Amino acid sequence: MTSLLRRSGLGRLNASLVLGGTLVTLVALAALVSIVWTPYPPMRVLSGVGNFDPPSGSHWFGIGFRRDIFSQVIAGAQTTLLVGVVAVGLAALVGVPLGLVAAMGPRWLSELVMRTSDLVLAFPALLLAIMLAAIYGQGRVVAMVAIGIASIPTFARVTRSGSLAVLASDFVLAARAAGRGPLGIAVRHVLPNIAGLLIVQASVAFALAILAEAALAYLGLGTPPDTPSWGRMLLEATPVLHRAPHLAIFPGLAIAISVLGFNLLGDGLRDRLDPKLLERS
Amino acid sequence: MTTDQPGRPALQVRDLSVTTRSGTHLLSDLTFAIADGERVGLIGESGSGKSLTALAVMGLLSESLTATGGIRVSGHERNLIGEREGALSRLRGTTMAMVFQEPMTALNPTMRVGQQVAEVLTIHRRARGAQARERAVALLDQVGLPEPAETAHAFPHQLSGGQRQRVVIAMALANDPALLVCDEPTTALDVTVQDKVLGLIVDGVEARDAALLFITHDLAVVSRVCERVLVMYGGRIVESGPVGQVFAAPRHHYTAGLVAASALTGPRGGLSAIPGTVPSAGRFPTGCVFRTRCAAATSECEIQPRWDAAGAQGWACHHPIGAS
Amino acid sequence: MLWRLLTRTGVLLVSLAVASVAVFATMNILPGDPAEVALGVNATEGAKAALRTEFGLDRPLPVQYADWMGGMLTFDPGISYVSKAAIGPQVLDRLLVTLWLVGAAMALAILVAVPMGTWMAVRHRHPDGVALAAVSQVGVAVPAFLVGVLFIAVFAVRLRWLPSGGWVAPADDPVEFVRHLVLPATALALVQAAVLSRYVRSAVLDVLREDYLRTARAKGLTPVGAMVRHGLRNAAIPVVTVLGLQLATLLVGAVVVEQVFTLPGLGTLLLGAVGQRDLLMVQTVVMLLVAAVLIINWLVDLVYVVLDPRLRVAR
Repeated sequence: MTSLLRRSGLGRLNASLVLGGTLVTLVALAALVSIVWTPYPPMRVLSGVGNFDPPSGSHWFGIGFRRDIFSQVIAGAQTTLLVGVVAVGLAALVGVPLGLVAAMGPRWLSELVMRTSDLVLAFPALLLAIMLAAIYGQGRVVAMVAIGIASIPTFARVTRSGSLAVLASDFVLAARAAGRGPLGIAVRHVLPNIAGLLIVQASVAFALAILAEAALAYLGLGTPPDTPSWGRMLLEATPVLHRAPHLAIFPGLAIAISVLGFNLLGDGLRDRLDPKLLERS
Repeated sequence: MTTDQPGRPALQVRDLSVTTRSGTHLLSDLTFAIADGERVGLIGESGSGKSLTALAVMGLLSESLTATGGIRVSGHERNLIGEREGALSRLRGTTMAMVFQEPMTALNPTMRVGQQVAEVLTIHRRARGAQARERAVALLDQVGLPEPAETAHAFPHQLSGGQRQRVVIAMALANDPALLVCDEPTTALDVTVQDKVLGLIVDGVEARDAALLFITHDLAVVSRVCERVLVMYGGRIVESGPVGQVFAAPRHHYTAGLVAASALTGPRGGLSAIPGTVPSAGRFPTGCVFRTRCAAATSECEIQPRWDAAGAQGWACHHPIGAS
Repeated sequence: MLWRLLTRTGVLLVSLAVASVAVFATMNILPGDPAEVALGVNATEGAKAALRTEFGLDRPLPVQYADWMGGMLTFDPGISYVSKAAIGPQVLDRLLVTLWLVGAAMALAILVAVPMGTWMAVRHRHPDGVALAAVSQVGVAVPAFLVGVLFIAVFAVRLRWLPSGGWVAPADDPVEFVRHLVLPATALALVQAAVLSRYVRSAVLDVLREDYLRTARAKGLTPVGAMVRHGLRNAAIPVVTVLGLQLATLLVGAVVVEQVFTLPGLGTLLLGAVGQRDLLMVQTVVMLLVAAVLIINWLVDLVYVVLDPRLRVAR
């Protein structure tokens, strides 16, 4: 029985995975629900409320600048997830093929890819975004592209080291002996075997993307003022902290919970991965 | 179980058991003693509990394991099991010392080897500063390292496996221990180096009249190094006695299997290995631990056999070889 | 050893050159017309032409690049298109503030993270170790600027213990200097300590499994003694690598934290420049920060050699 559980993977469900999965689901649910319903229109200035009413039965997280904070927080999850998905997607879309090329291609190409990724690592997401914002002005696209570019190197590295481990295995040798070409090997053997590794990386990159997006929004460089965003809510809360700390607490909690969720999810998934593959990466 | 040695032995182990948190017995009721200057081998397949015995004697068991019973060394009044860590630390490296199996990883890669030898002297306040360094060089010389003064300045990765094991031996012998525990010290070494290292260990303990507990799975090595042998299987001692006697006329079927599988009996030996494999910890049968792999096993063997002895040789078997 | 120093320095110089070209290209080619960015879309053709002539933007790009790079090396990268003031002295002024902030935060982070991470590793099977690991996991999830905002709310606004922002130079008033530095440096350090302690934890856990640590115990060292004398230095090797990357994120974190506490550092200078579309200023400060990251990584590589004798063999 226990061995059956173990084989199905259920026996190895760990606390990180469960808690991380729950938190991520919570954030995703908030985003989905807020598309069709929020208690109040998130960005509308309400009548009949004070400027900074504390949390109450009708306004669960209170009022900030005469707007409903709960509505803003759950709608802000949309922004967070959108930026995360696009940035991580971009990074994976570019980084994974680069990593494969670095693992399977000739030495000079591998060196070129790895040196370039080293160099890109010297440009943190925030600096890239600041450069782009100086040229194009603030905006979500700038944030997504900057965070995405900054995450490419780690995807390339993880893909490369994971692929090298797979490429050294006997079944790849057998496939080669059977005359399968490099593209076939990459698609049929390497990618399926490093998929778990990449999912872990995506989860961790997602957490970093959320942090970067929040920082950019806080600096006024990310999400424009008319869209709900946790980072921007914190920016607006800062000058009135002495009067209304709840303006900062709820978006702050939202950021921490989603980052924690993705980090825990990544940790939990990593623990369940093939340990041999991890050791080599 | 063993013939009592005159006076207080260097090491006395009584009813030593080691269990995991879940209650699995890894070692059961080990009792043996080693006299000053006596060299005792501990043999058995991997998984039989040899290394665990060594670690238990040194008090270096993992935190998750619990030891019960008695371990006493000469020069220390109290039982080492349950002794405070501070007191144990003072005994390790002075009264008892240990040589490990893997010389490649047993030394700190970021510290010069001379310093690592000198450290055994300084932490026990046997020497300080320049004096400790000089003694370390002398010890490296004693274990036959060429140009000991230069070697003292080397980092472990600059030495070969055999040289590193010599350094480990120098560290172990530095404070003239009363008991030296060696856990397969030559297994990881080239055959050409093995004999020299064995000689070094034998000379080292002889010069100090120290007791030696020598763990190995190589029966030829036991015959070369030891006077007496303990045969271990399933966390129990199944046979013990003088090396020549036990190997020439084993009473326990497990010992007989080991002897037959070893090179001691000539070229045909390798063919007659013991059937089956060593079960994993906690999967050993009740009663005689060897009965699931023993050709002579009967229903009687479901009961734990008692310890029999004839002269210096002892065994735990319901159907000993040579009995009518 | 010498070979490694030479190759690493070579890599550093090439990286600096390539990075500077990348920054220059981004800031001068992507916008199409830097003069338009500086003056706005509605600027007259004449005004733009005048700006181009005034700042030499009509010259070929390689010439402009060489001029800027030469200026960077002599601490005189040029004149701002917007404020028309020399960039060099402003940057140097602000750099000092950022260095104080980052330096204090890094020191504090290490001071917290090393004992905390070691404790987490040594006690990883015990409730206290697990609890501490959970705390660090939460700490990683909190952005530094959020900690800063909360610090202001508690220590500056509620308790009135410390100022909520601003800067006093150490030479002017050492006590006030420290009082102004405490909150931003701690905000930056706490998050960093959480991240770093997790790396320390895994490094120490790896070391705990090493045979040489058992050898050290067999020699008669206590668990703590073995850890201190044999474990920490070996654990430091992977941690130092991470430290380099951490310094980079710390530098970026400082940009945001300076904004929270209105510190006159490189971060506020950079963001002000972005707001005013002061492209040359942005270009200069970004290059400075990237250069700092690259140089830190170069230093880390060298420290690595000092720590790990296995890399010292010149073969």
